Amino acid sequence: MPSHSFTVNGRPVTVDAPDDLPLLWALRDLLGIRGPKYGCGIDVCKACTSHLDGEAVRPCVVPVAAAAGREVTTIEGLADGDRLHPVQEAWLEQDVAQCGYCQPGQIMAAVALLKRTRNPTDAELDAIANVCRCGTYFRIREAIRSAAEKMG
Amino acid sequence: MAEQQNLEARTEQQAPPPPGTRQDQADPAPPPHRSRRRFLTYLLAAPTLAVAAGLGPEGAAPAAAAGADGVVPTLPGPADLLDLGDVLILAGAPTAHLLVLTVGEDGTVTFRLPREEVGQGLTTAVAMLVAEELDVPLARVRVQLDDARPELLFNQFTASSNSIRSLYDPVRHTAAAARARLVAAAADRWGLKPGKLTTRDGAVVAPDGRTAPYGTLTAAAASRHLVTLTARPKPESAHTLVGTPTPRVDARAMVTGRQSYTLDLDVPGAKPCMVRRPPTVYGTVRAVNNEAAVRAMPGVLATVVIPTGVAVVAETFGQALDAKNALDVTWGPGTIDGYSDDGIRARLRSAVSFPPLPPPLTRHLDAEFDFAPVSHAPLETNAAVADVRADRATVWSGLKAPIVAQQTIAKELGLPVGKVTVHVVQAGGSFGRRLFFDAALEAAQVSKGCGRPVRLMWSRVDDMRHGRMRPATHHKIRVSYASGRVVALDHRVAAVETDVRHGLGEILTATGTKLPGGLGNAAFAQGLFHLTVKSPYHFGVTGQHLTEVPLRMPTASWRSVYSANTRGAEEMLIDELAARMGKDPVEFRRDFLKNSGQRAVLDKVAGEGAWGRPMPAGHAQGIGFHEEYKSRTACLVEIDATDPRHPRVTKAVIAADVGRAVNPRGLEAQLLGGLTDAISTTLTAGLHIDKGLPLEGSYSQFHYARQKDTPPDVRIFVMPATGEPGGAGELGVPAAVGAVGNAYARATGTRPRRFPVNFDVDFTPFPR
Repeated sequence: MPSHSFTVNGRPVTVDAPDDLPLLWALRDLLGIRGPKYGCGIDVCKACTSHLDGEAVRPCVVPVAAAAGREVTTIEGLADGDRLHPVQEAWLEQDVAQCGYCQPGQIMAAVALLKRTRNPTDAELDAIANVCRCGTYFRIREAIRSAAEKMG
Repeated sequence: MAEQQNLEARTEQQAPPPPGTRQDQADPAPPPHRSRRRFLTYLLAAPTLAVAAGLGPEGAAPAAAAGADGVVPTLPGPADLLDLGDVLILAGAPTAHLLVLTVGEDGTVTFRLPREEVGQGLTTAVAMLVAEELDVPLARVRVQLDDARPELLFNQFTASSNSIRSLYDPVRHTAAAARARLVAAAADRWGLKPGKLTTRDGAVVAPDGRTAPYGTLTAAAASRHLVTLTARPKPESAHTLVGTPTPRVDARAMVTGRQSYTLDLDVPGAKPCMVRRPPTVYGTVRAVNNEAAVRAMPGVLATVVIPTGVAVVAETFGQALDAKNALDVTWGPGTIDGYSDDGIRARLRSAVSFPPLPPPLTRHLDAEFDFAPVSHAPLETNAAVADVRADRATVWSGLKAPIVAQQTIAKELGLPVGKVTVHVVQAGGSFGRRLFFDAALEAAQVSKGCGRPVRLMWSRVDDMRHGRMRPATHHKIRVSYASGRVVALDHRVAAVETDVRHGLGEILTATGTKLPGGLGNAAFAQGLFHLTVKSPYHFGVTGQHLTEVPLRMPTASWRSVYSANTRGAEEMLIDELAARMGKDPVEFRRDFLKNSGQRAVLDKVAGEGAWGRPMPAGHAQGIGFHEEYKSRTACLVEIDATDPRHPRVTKAVIAADVGRAVNPRGLEAQLLGGLTDAISTTLTAGLHIDKGLPLEGSYSQFHYARQKDTPPDVRIFVMPATGEPGGAGELGVPAAVGAVGNAYARATGTRPRRFPVNFDVDFTPFPR
């Protein structure tokens, strides 16, 4: 069984898994990191959105071999200890979550967007394709705008 | 023992108390402003304190049928007099004493909630009720989802927007009884009269400023010799937390990834499991042709044939999925193999007809509407963990009806009910889906079959195709009018059978729904229809009828159940009727609504939403109104349909009067969700049935709204509290369906009759 070494949320890890095992299952089933959620397995719902070297990716379609030597950040690694990321803070202020299942992915997508631009346009906000079946989109939008403002 | 140090309070229905218990205090007289329910509180047992509050329903007072000027009054329908929520409250009342609240030595208050949290914010609202009544900080209240407890009978059933309605009184009385005991214990300690003491911030406070934190009082408060004052909940005028917009108690866990759903639980040894399912719904397994080869695949631990398919257990879900796809299975037929959309629609259309004659000397407007089936599609697919041993079993899953799940699983496993523990896990959405326990039953079957604990997950494709759905409906509506009045509304609904075999959440009514000559699914569904669907207007003789077509499909109640389509279609027809009668849609509704409370909600959105403001070509406003669950709401939307194939709702203004909002922030969230559901199902989201199977298999095909489809401007207004809490979880859907449909019609100059309006098969279906 091939072995793959990478870092997750700043911690070096090694997993034994077939090269093509989706990173999502390496994280969830082999490493016990359960923040990224399964919702479709084909990069459609985007509930598992996490970061690979700072870029938003969907671990459900990233083979574990592709993570070798790289830095994976999941929702668990976003806060600095007890100090939440401004996007997480904005999520609390707007009380965005309902069932919460898609929200780790929504937050990771928003963080990646705000890394690219601190002043996202309506079109850029519309381009976030993460599904929220509870329909919290408006609050998500407000939270991203509020976080963008605070992050200046 | 720690248990004995805790204060435990319960609400009780029965009066007088059981023999051997001491009647600690009695308050048989109803509070002046609350005539419907009476409470008794008394000590049930010591040394663990159990305070009981009795609940005596005195019957719901029917609303008077008041005629208004210029309208032909409509007599109250069944749902006006006694709705489903009332029935569930009555059914749950005898077991309300089994609600348990505990005060620990660390001052933490724990309430065991016999309901499911699926995102609707119930745990937050109940925590608020407890915190309010006990004067403890919200952060010190824990609301735990209770395991299946068959003794609760009908009182562990999360449905019909009824949780707050059914729990509002019992929870407050339970907490008030606990508070009275804590005060009495402090009074004993200090030698003061309880009436001199107050409570604040989780402590009893003496007039001289001394304080006794609750945690220091729990042992004394549990004494059966304690004399307490009458425990009555605070008057609502004294509420400082209830009624105040409050963030969810689990919000931080959710934004940090710490919120645990079923498959996030660490159950020792439980291995990933997925099920290969048949190519048509409710198909059966005839033979597995390559079981040995699949068992030899990397990571595969076991294969097990179960009634719904072939299960694979593996080291990871990735491997389980590969193995499931590699299975070669010979399948038996399903239940609707010969049916596709056209055939189903033909069955529905022929199931109902317009009444033969309109009333004499009237004009009439006839319309037919069709709604496609809709997947519940909660983001967390069906999931369960099961650990079945020879003599016992434990199951974890998101369950809205855990008792019937436990009873059914026990029967399936051949175990006594008491040997099957069913843990209710907070779920990633439901929308009606988790009334059923399909995954929990399968996980139990697989765990038994392979002799190890399993974590069973449905793939998204399976969840959308074999998971449940709101069934297709067809509507024939006739409105008759004369001299500026509507004299009759006749609405005939044909629907593919909605599976309600969960009963009222336990085995007796669930069994009743399955009896061919007895109550039966159809009769039960009729009851649900008539206890929920009603018209808010004075439209003269009003009849709404359901005819179910018994096609056996995986269906289930979907948020707002019959009302989403039934009332949504009526709200659209009302706009056409208003035009026929020369009235503006808002003016028309104002004229025919039955009371000022309804009109206040309508006026609120018309005013705040600037109804009638000029709109550019291809844009329009639309309005809808709905009343149900003792609550009422209006929705005004603006739509940009310059490209009718890709319309976008650009703004929404919603007002709701739910009698009393426990948490207005949570209510707003529910209304926002209802709006998104309405935008989705009216414009783009549905399932195509093709030869016995839905074609849609993921969110790229089932077009539930995304960010780009939803309004960047939403304003929600919660009307001031006027009475008891009504239901709210499903309320928002029908009014918004009407508003979106009406806006689209006005913007495009069309009269859409089939929903969703943009519903092409714009994808290549996944293999069967």
